[in-house]
Parts: sequence; C-alpha cells; structure tokens
Amino acid sequence: MIEKEFTCVVCPNGCSIKAEYAEEKPHKLVSVSGNRCPRGETWVKQEIEAPMRTFSSSVLVRNGDFIEASVRITDPIPLVKIFDVMAEIRKITAEAPLQIGQVLMENPAGTKTKVIVTRNVAKIQ
Amino acid sequence: MRHERHNLVVIGGGPAGLAAAVAAREAGCSDILLIERDRILGGILNQCIHDGFGLHAFKEALSGPEYADRFIQKLRALNIPVMEKTIVLNLSKDKVMRISHEGEIKEIEAKAVVLAMGCRERTRGAISIPGHRPAGVYTAGTVQNLVNLENIMPGKTVCILGSGDIGLIMARRLTLEGAKVEAVFEVLPYSSGLQRNIRQCLDDYGIPLCLSTTVIDINGPNGRLEGVTVAQVDEKRRPISGTERNVPCDTLLLSVGLIPENELSREAEVSIDMITQGAVVDDSCMTNIPGIFACGNVLHVHDLVDFVSMEATKAGTSAAKYVAGRDGASDCIQVKPGRGVRYVVPQKITHGKNVSIAFRVAAPSCESVIQIKRGTEIIKEEKYSRLHPAEMVWVDLGDLDMSNTDDLEVSVK
Repeated sequence: MIEKEFTCVVCPNGCSIKAEYAEEKPHKLVSVSGNRCPRGETWVKQEIEAPMRTFSSSVLVRNGDFIEASVRITDPIPLVKIFDVMAEIRKITAEAPLQIGQVLMENPAGTKTKVIVTRNVAKIQ
Repeated sequence: MRHERHNLVVIGGGPAGLAAAVAAREAGCSDILLIERDRILGGILNQCIHDGFGLHAFKEALSGPEYADRFIQKLRALNIPVMEKTIVLNLSKDKVMRISHEGEIKEIEAKAVVLAMGCRERTRGAISIPGHRPAGVYTAGTVQNLVNLENIMPGKTVCILGSGDIGLIMARRLTLEGAKVEAVFEVLPYSSGLQRNIRQCLDDYGIPLCLSTTVIDINGPNGRLEGVTVAQVDEKRRPISGTERNVPCDTLLLSVGLIPENELSREAEVSIDMITQGAVVDDSCMTNIPGIFACGNVLHVHDLVDFVSMEATKAGTSAAKYVAGRDGASDCIQVKPGRGVRYVVPQKITHGKNVSIAFRVAAPSCESVIQIKRGTEIIKEEKYSRLHPAEMVWVDLGDLDMSNTDDLEVSVK
C-alpha cells in the first residue's frame, strides 16, 4: 500500500488530497480524503496512472498588430509530452488576422489535443 | 480646453473597469465613458496567457485574453464608448478630471466615477535589496509582458524572489521557453501563491521552493547580473549568519507583492485603508466621496479575476443607481477585522442588501472556523478545512437589519 498526498490543480481551491493505493499496477485506489468535490478523486486516479496537464504558450505572427499571439492546448496532454508539444508550437509562424479559438495545430507530437489562438490579432495594412 | 459631461466615467479598462461599465449599462445607466491608458482593453489579462481564468464566472478554464474578450464583446454589444490611449491626469472630489488623449487635454465632469485602475508591482527599491545595480533584475510582471507580448527572453539562468502567483507562473513559462529556473525563494515560512500553482508550475518541473529564505545581496559589478546571495531567515525575517550561499544567475525576477494604484483616489480625497492600500468603501463599493466607487485590484489585491468581475459588477450597478438618484444608503455599520483576520472589505455597510464580505486571514490554518459577530451576537459561523493568507475568503451575509448599528467583527477561531 502506498500513502501519498496530492495537490489537485483542477480549480483554484488546490485541495490537498490524501490517497492510499495499491503498490502493484494497476494501482487500485483504496481511500481518498481532503477533496472538496468529486473531481478531486478523478484527479488523484489520473496522477497515479499518468499525470495530465494543460499549458499555454505563444507563436510568432506575421503582419499583425502584435508580434506574437498567445495559444493554449484545448485538452490535457501527458505531462511527459509537454516539451515535445512545445517544440512543435515553436515551429509555427501564423499569418494575421487571427481570431480567438482558431485552430493552429491538431494532435501535436502524437497527443490528442488542439493548439488554439487565445488573442485576436488584427492585420496591419 | 474642451469640457465634456458624462453620467458615469470608468477609469481603467481591465477586468474591473470592463465588468463595471457593462453592469452599469445593464442597470440602466446611459452615457458611460470608459477610459483606458493602453492601446487595447483588457488590462493585465492581456499578458496573462496561462489558463485557469473563468472557472467561477464561466465554468471554463480560459486564458487571460480570452476572459477579457468575453467582457469586451459585451461592452461592444452594449455600445459603451471607450477612449483608449488616454490617461487621467487628475481627479477632484467634485468628479472633475483632466485627461490626456493623443496630445489633447480635455476636462471631463462626471456624475459618478468608478475607480478601476488596478495595481502595480513592488520593486527592488520597495524591499530594499542591497548590492550592485546591474541589468537583469526585473519584476515578474515585466518579464511576463516581455515574454508574452514582445517576444523577448530576459535571460538564460533565472532566480525568482517571492512565491506570488505571477512568479510561479513565470517560473513555468520561462522553463518551457528554454531557461533554467534555479529556484524560487520565499521569505515567509509558507508560499504566498496558490497551491495548484506550486504543483503545476514548480513541482512538475523540479524547481525548488526555498521557504524562509531571501536574497540579501545582488552581484553584478560588470553591468549584468552574475548571481545573488541568499540566506535563510529567522522568524523575524532576519538573515541567519552562516546560511548565506551564492546562486549564479543572469536574471532575477521579483514577485514580492502588489500595490493598488491610488494616486488619483488620494487627489480626490478618497480615504485609504492602511492595510489594503485601497479605498475604504461601503457595501455598494462607494468610497467616502459620494459618487466615487472603487473595485478590483485598486480596491484590494484579489487572488482570482472572477472575484474582481463579481465585485466590479456590484460597483457598476451601484454607480448606475447613484446616477439615477436611487442610492438608498442608510445608517452605517462598521466592519472590523478581529483575531486572525488581516482586513475586511467593505469596511462599512450602509445598504444591507445581499451583503457579501471579502477578507484575508493573517496566517495559514487548518480546520478553523470563521466567526462573524454583530455586537456580542454571533450571526454566522463557517467551517473551513484550510485557510491561507494567499487566498481570499468570501462570505455571504444576505440582507442585514439596518436598524441595529452594532459593529460587525470577522475573526478566525
């Protein structure tokens, strides 16, 4: 049996969750306490199996009223894949105009997520 | 000089100003003018590209620019006039202001004003770090602006002083952009940022958080930062001799607190709370000057933008009522911080309708009870599994009987 404390990052509450789970795979969850909502239990299960994260970055923009546009991924990806996805995002140069929600890339580095624009960037004449 | 009159002027087009202007229009106020210093609306949200905004307000994890855009769309739909690239030079208690807009100075007279100027960062000077004065020492927000809006990386090897959220967020951002973040140093024995940010911005990337530790010297005799000397501190925050060590780095980020930007408020003779560094307000967000309201980070530094929008909505609605001559203030109940509470906003209650109060505790605690007393009577007790100075607490009190003017006191048991 493993006893471990997790900080849930699903919302700003950041619950500190105590969990007990089986040592052998698949790590069967025995007890969870300290979470203020059911999402906390789902979070702990995920942290034990394969931690998933979202993150934001930015891409260069050609002919825009900003030189870069912020982007984020729409769905969590494995934590271990973040640097691979970053490397893919770094290759993008987008052409203005850009709209919030515009998809710049799908399934980067073999993950199941989209990279979307999060800032409107107007085209400069 | 040109002279204009408006019913309501909102100073600042960040999250507070946007929500206040929208709420005022929705409450029936016509002739609103929103004044913004930058070339675009959105304020600090424009550089906060990380996600997690809007979990309360929209039940979605948006980035800062997306969150701002939701309000900007509403503002546009309501046809609220906006003056960008405009700075308010001064404000009088009669609600007359001089503004500078692209080389032209104008005088504007308003029936009501909403102060929504936000806050600014404490700098190296504010915390008096000794040493050389080389390039490479930045506030965390400046670096956030450089990296997220100007495509400029400030350096390669980074130390961060202060565990406020902006510092934590930038630790991750700089790491993803290829910098080596050596450590985050925090003078207090606990972090001043959200727990989730310690997990997802530091722990995930193996960045150490050194508590009860501060920077005591800055080393950069040749023009660029070469390293910082850090030391552990005792309970009175004094460096402990023998614990000093040098950490080589070319960049130091300071995430050491925010100061509400109240120069205009002071000119207008608005009373300022010594603890929050923001205005003293009542439960309608009105200051001691009739018709001048305050909300968002200029009133008190918030932890989440969702709460800024909520508070600003109240300020905007109240301003609309004031303009319409339906203020409805009555006798005044003082609200005071008691044991274990650093401050409470609002500091007084004059309306008593649907009252909610916001406060911060003085120290972290577990399994504690928040107690609200009116005179000697306990009117509310709420149990919290965890209380932390980094996180604001909001308590709804509903409608209060305004014929009883005993003080309210908020304390931690």
